[in-house]
Amino acid sequence: MSREPLRLGVELDAAGRHPAAWRLPGARPAELFTAAHWRRLGALVERADLDLLVVPDSFRLGSSDERDQRGRLDAVAIAAHLAPLTRRVGLVPVVTTTHTEPFHTNKAVATLDFTSLGRAGWQVEVSTTAEEADTFGRTGTAPPGELWREAADTVEVVRRLWDSWEDDAVVRDVASGRFVDRDKLHYVDFEGERFSVRGPSITPRSPQGQPLVVVPVRDEHSLAVAAAHADVARIEAGDERTAAQTADRLRTLAGRELTVLLDVEVLLRQTATEALDVAGRLDELNPGAAPRSVRHLGTPATLAAALAELPDGLDGAVLAPLDLPATLELVVSGVVPALTRPPVAGSTLRERFGLPRPTSRYARIGGVR
Amino acid sequence: MTRRETSRETPRQIHLGAHFPGVNNTTVWRDPRSGSQVDFSSFEHLARTAERGLMDFFFLAEGLRLREQRGKIHDLDVVGRPDTLTVLNSIASVTTHLGLAGTINATFNEAAELAKQFASLDHLSGGRAAWNVVTSSDAFTGENFRRGGYLAHADRYVRAREVLDVAREFWDSWAEDSLVADPETGVFARGISEVDHRGPQFQVRGTGSLPRSPQGHPVLLQAGDSDDGREFGATYADAIFTMHGSLEAGQRFTADMRSRAVRNGRSGDDLKILPGVTFVLGDTPGQAREHAREIRFQQVGPAQAIAFLEQVWGRDLSDHDPEGPLPAQDPETTSTIAQGRTRMTKDPVETARTWRDLAAAHGWSSRELVVEVTGRQQFVGTPAQVAEEMDTYVQADACDGFILVPSLTPAGLDEFVEKVVPLLQERGSYRTGYTGSTLREHLGVPHPHRLAPAVRATA
Repeated sequence: MSREPLRLGVELDAAGRHPAAWRLPGARPAELFTAAHWRRLGALVERADLDLLVVPDSFRLGSSDERDQRGRLDAVAIAAHLAPLTRRVGLVPVVTTTHTEPFHTNKAVATLDFTSLGRAGWQVEVSTTAEEADTFGRTGTAPPGELWREAADTVEVVRRLWDSWEDDAVVRDVASGRFVDRDKLHYVDFEGERFSVRGPSITPRSPQGQPLVVVPVRDEHSLAVAAAHADVARIEAGDERTAAQTADRLRTLAGRELTVLLDVEVLLRQTATEALDVAGRLDELNPGAAPRSVRHLGTPATLAAALAELPDGLDGAVLAPLDLPATLELVVSGVVPALTRPPVAGSTLRERFGLPRPTSRYARIGGVR
Repeated sequence: MTRRETSRETPRQIHLGAHFPGVNNTTVWRDPRSGSQVDFSSFEHLARTAERGLMDFFFLAEGLRLREQRGKIHDLDVVGRPDTLTVLNSIASVTTHLGLAGTINATFNEAAELAKQFASLDHLSGGRAAWNVVTSSDAFTGENFRRGGYLAHADRYVRAREVLDVAREFWDSWAEDSLVADPETGVFARGISEVDHRGPQFQVRGTGSLPRSPQGHPVLLQAGDSDDGREFGATYADAIFTMHGSLEAGQRFTADMRSRAVRNGRSGDDLKILPGVTFVLGDTPGQAREHAREIRFQQVGPAQAIAFLEQVWGRDLSDHDPEGPLPAQDPETTSTIAQGRTRMTKDPVETARTWRDLAAAHGWSSRELVVEVTGRQQFVGTPAQVAEEMDTYVQADACDGFILVPSLTPAGLDEFVEKVVPLLQERGSYRTGYTGSTLREHLGVPHPHRLAPAVRATA
C-alpha cells in the first residue's frame, strides 16, 4: 500500500521515556507536574502539526529507586487540559482496561472528543503487575492473554456505548415536550467474560462518532486485539524489517485496512556524536532502561532520512523522545520541515487519518422509526 | 457552635458557586436562547462568566445511568451529559482562579483512581479542585458497572468513609518535601510512605503516584441530608451543598452542622454552608415575579407534570388531565416506576392527601400543584432586592453563601454577574478581586495539613 502521507506522532512521558531524563540540562524537573510543563510541550507539538500526541499512563509508581523519575499525572486529565489550547493535533491518552470501569472510559474519551472538537483518541493498555492489582485491592493478576481478552471486551463495549446515542437523538421538540427521541437511544447489553454493561451511555454521540482507537502491538495477545479493534496500531519491534513483517501479519489477520505506525525511541542532538554521548550518559546515570522498540540516536537529518525509508507496510512512526523537551524541539525545528508532508484537510482526527465518520451501528440495523 | 460577630464595617463575606444545570427540569430548553448541554463552548461560557463574577467555584454534577420512567428512558427534560472530570480539566486551562468542583460517586469508583484523578486536577489547575462526594446503593445504576449493585443501602456511608480515608492516605503519601528533583545528587523523590489499608470494605496496598498537590487535598463538598449524611459532612467536608430554603430553616441547619463540626474537633467556621438556589431578575418586582412564573410553567409542562405525579403515585397516569384536579385514587406504595432518581417521598399516600388538601384550598390544577411543590428556593426580584435578600441570609448565619443554579444554558449567569455582583460589592459583602489563587483560599478553609493530626485522622 502507499505510504503517503507519512504519519507522525509523539509519545510524551514527563521528562522523557528514559528514567534519568529529568537530570539533563533544560529538563526543569520540579515543574513536571505543572500545567506549564504540559503547555510548553503541547505548543511544540502543535507548531509541528504532528498527527498524534500520546500520553502514557499506568497506576504504577514504577521502581522504588529514589533516583528514578517517578509519578504521573492522569493521562486523560493532561489531554483534557491541552484540548482547548490546541487546534490541530490528535490527543490520545492511555486508559488502561484492567482496573478502570469501561463505562467511565467511554464517557471520558467521548467528552475529550467534545472538548477538543473532534480530536480525541484512546490508546488501550492493560495492567499486568501485582502492584497495580494491590492498589485496587484485587488479589493477584490474571495472565496477559486474559487481560488482553478483557481489553478487547472493553473496546467492544466502549465502541457500542459511543454508538448508543444516534447523531440526531436530541430533538428538542417543543410541541411534544420531548428533549430526546428515546427511540434513538440504545441499550448496548454487553455480556462479557468478566463484566456486563447495560447502557446507553450518559454522554451523547461525540463529534467524531467514534474517537480513534490506538492499540500497541508487542505480543500475540495485543496483536489479536489490534487486528480486531484498532484504527491505528503501534508496533514495538527491535528493527524495521521485523516491524514490517508484523504489520503484514496484522493486516492479514484483520482482513481490513488499518494504519500501522512503528514505535521509535529517539534522542536527537545537532551532531550524532553528541546524541550518542547524551544517551550514554543517561544509561550511566540509570542503567537497565532497555529499549522497548527501535531506537534512533542521531540528528534531525538522520531521523528524517530513516523515516523516509521506512519499509512498505509501515505508515509512519510514533516517536518516543528519551528526553524532553530537547529532542522534541529538534523534531519540530529539524525533522518535520525535512519531511514533505502534504497539508492535512479537515479538523477532526478521523479526517486527518482519512477515516470516514461512521454511522451509529444501531442506526444502521435500526429502521423501526 | 461558634458565634459569629456581625459588624457594620466588615460584613461577613458571601461565597458564590456557579452550577451548570444538568439533567433535570432546571434548564428551560424550550427557550430559544437555550444552547447546547454538551458542547464545550457552553461550559466555557458559564465558567468564564463565573470567573468574571469572582465566584469561588464552578460546579458540575454527574450521571451514571439515564433515568427511566415506566421502563422507558425519560425524555422530557435535558438528557445526557459529559464526563465531569474531563470537562473540569478542560475548563482549568481556560480559567485562572475559578475553583473546579465535580460530583463523583464514591460507590462506582476506586479510591486509588479517584485519588490520582483529583490530585491531577489539583496539580493542573494550580490548586482549584473540589470533590462533591456522593454515594449510591442503586442496582439500577450498577448495571453499567462491573462491580455495581452490590452495596446495601446502610453501607453507603461505610464505603464512602473508607474510600475517602484511602484517598486521603494516597494524597498524604508524599510528604511536603518528597519531590526533591535535584539533578546534581540524582535524588528525584524520597520519603514516600506506603499506603497499607485494611478495612471492612477493602484492602489496599500501594504508593501514591503523585507529589502532594497544591491544596494537599481537594476541597471536599458533601450534600447528604440524612443523619448519616450530616455526620459524614461534619467530619470530612469543607463545604455543604444543601437545599434548606427559608431563612429559619437555613439557620437551624447551619447551627446543627456547625455544632456537629465542633463535636468532631473542628471549628464551626471551617465548614461552609452553601444552599443551591435559583434566581430570577426583573426591572421591577412585578416583572421579576411574572418572569419567574413563566419559567416555572416552562419547566413544568403538561407532560412533565404527569411524569412527576407518576413518580409519587407509582402508577401510569398517562390518561390523567394535567389541567384538572389531582388523581382521585391513592398512590401505589411499592412501585418502582421511576429509576435513576430518588423517590422524593417516604409516605406517598400521606403526601397525596396533603397535596389534595393544598390544591383544593388554592383551587390548583394538577400542573399548578406540581409547579408549587417542586419549586426550589428562589430569589425573585430586582437586582437590589436579590442582593439585599442574599446578604441578609449570610449576615444572619443562615448560610455562608449560595450555589447559583441558572435556568438557562449557557448564558443564565450573565445577568447576575452584571447586575447583582456589583451591588453585593457595594454592600461590602463580596470580594472586588481574588485575594488568593487556590479554592481553599477563596473559601477560607484550612489546608488539611495544617489541621491537628487528631482531626485529620478520622477512624
